[in-house]
Amino acid sequence: MVKPKYTKEEIISLLSVIPDPEIPVVNIYEMGMLHDVLIDESGYEIVLTPTYTGCPAMGIIEQDIKLTLAKQGIKPVKVKLVYDPAWTTDWMTEAAKEKLSRYGIAPPLHSSCTSDVFAHNVIPCPRCHSEDTVIISRFGATACKSLYQCNDCKEPFEYFKCH
Amino acid sequence: MNTITKQQALYKYSLRLGDNALIHSYRLSEWCSNAPILEEDLALTNFALDMIGRAQAILGYAGQLGDMEKTADDLAYRRGEREYYNNLIIEMPNGDFANTIARLLFVSVYEFYFFSELQNSSDPTLAAIAAKTLKEVKYHMAHARDWVLRLGDGTDESRSRMQAAVSALWMYTGELFETDEAAAILQDANIAVDMPPLKEKWNAIVRQILADAAIAIPADEYMQTGSSKGVHTEHLGHILSEMQYLQRTYPEAIW
Repeated sequence: MVKPKYTKEEIISLLSVIPDPEIPVVNIYEMGMLHDVLIDESGYEIVLTPTYTGCPAMGIIEQDIKLTLAKQGIKPVKVKLVYDPAWTTDWMTEAAKEKLSRYGIAPPLHSSCTSDVFAHNVIPCPRCHSEDTVIISRFGATACKSLYQCNDCKEPFEYFKCH
Repeated sequence: MNTITKQQALYKYSLRLGDNALIHSYRLSEWCSNAPILEEDLALTNFALDMIGRAQAILGYAGQLGDMEKTADDLAYRRGEREYYNNLIIEMPNGDFANTIARLLFVSVYEFYFFSELQNSSDPTLAAIAAKTLKEVKYHMAHARDWVLRLGDGTDESRSRMQAAVSALWMYTGELFETDEAAAILQDANIAVDMPPLKEKWNAIVRQILADAAIAIPADEYMQTGSSKGVHTEHLGHILSEMQYLQRTYPEAIW
C-alpha cells in the first residue's frame, strides 16, 4: 500500500489556479465546479459538477486538471462528473462575484434562484451600478449568460444567469 | 403479467428521455444561422446545447444498465428508427418560426412539470439529471411563452401563423402523457412520473398562455400515437439517415 503524498487541501490549492475556460477571470474552485477531492491508496479522484449539462468547457477543464497534476508528478488521477447535487450559482464565492463584476459581467442576482419562472428581474449595471437596464437577449455567447444594456452609461454587458 | 423486466423497463424509459432530448436538440440545431434574428439564433442553439448535454447524460446512463457497456454515442448512432422512443411531436419538422416555438412551448411546459416530479425519483441518477435539467428547462419555457404572447398578440400575419402552428401540433400533445408498460412498471417502484396529474397541470398553464396570446385552443379530438412502440412518422428516418451517416459509413470513427 502506497500512502498518498498530498492532502485534499493541497490538491485543491493546486487546482485552484485553473481558470474557467470561458470566463478566465475566475477559477474553477471559486465557481463551485470543483466539488470534491477523494484520496485513497488507489489514487486521486477529482469530482466536478458541470454548470450546465451541455457546458462545452467541461472537457477542457478535465484536461487542465490532469495536466496540472501531471506536472507535479501526482498520479493516478481520475476526473469524475457528478450531477448530484446540481450545481447552482449559490456556490459561487463572494470573491468570485466581485471578480465577475469588475470584469464587466453582472454576477447572479439572488442568493437562491427565484422560483417565479416568468419574473423579470432588475439587473444593475456592473460598470455604473445604474438599475435602469434592459435585457437585449436572454441568451449570450455562453450557456450561462444573458445580454443586457445600461440605459444610463449605454454600455452593453453580460449577466451571469441565476441557476 | 409484465412482458418486460424492471431493468428493461428502466432502459426503455431512459431511452425515451434521452431520445426526446437528442432529437429536439437536432431540430433546434437546424435553426443555427437560419433564425430570424441573431438573438434567436443564440437562444435556439443554447437550448440545443442544453438538450445535447441532457441526452449525453441520460443515454450514457441507459447504456451502462445491466452489463450492456454501451456509450451514449453507441445508442445515438447505432440504433434503427424502430428502436427510438422519442415522442412524435419532437421529430416533426421545424416548419416556420411559429411552429418551432409552439412545439417548444408544449414540450418545455411538459418537461418543466415532468422533471419537477422526476427529481424525486427513487432512481438517484435520473433524479440528479432531472434536478439539473429543471433549471435549464425553466429558461426554455419562459422564452417560448414570451414568443407565443408576442406572435399571438402581434400582427394579423404573426397571429395566423401562431394559430396554424398550435392547431397543427395539438394532436401530437396527447402522446406526451401516455403511460406505457415500462412507465407503469417503474411507477410501482417510485422511479417513473405519474402522468395523469401532469396532464392537468400542463393543460392549465398551456391554456392560460394561449388565452393570453389570443390563440384559440384546439378541441381535444384525435391524438396521434405510436412512439412508445417505436412507430414513428416518416420524419425520424430522415433525421437518422443524416445524423447517423458518418458513424455508419466509418464505424470506428472517433473524435
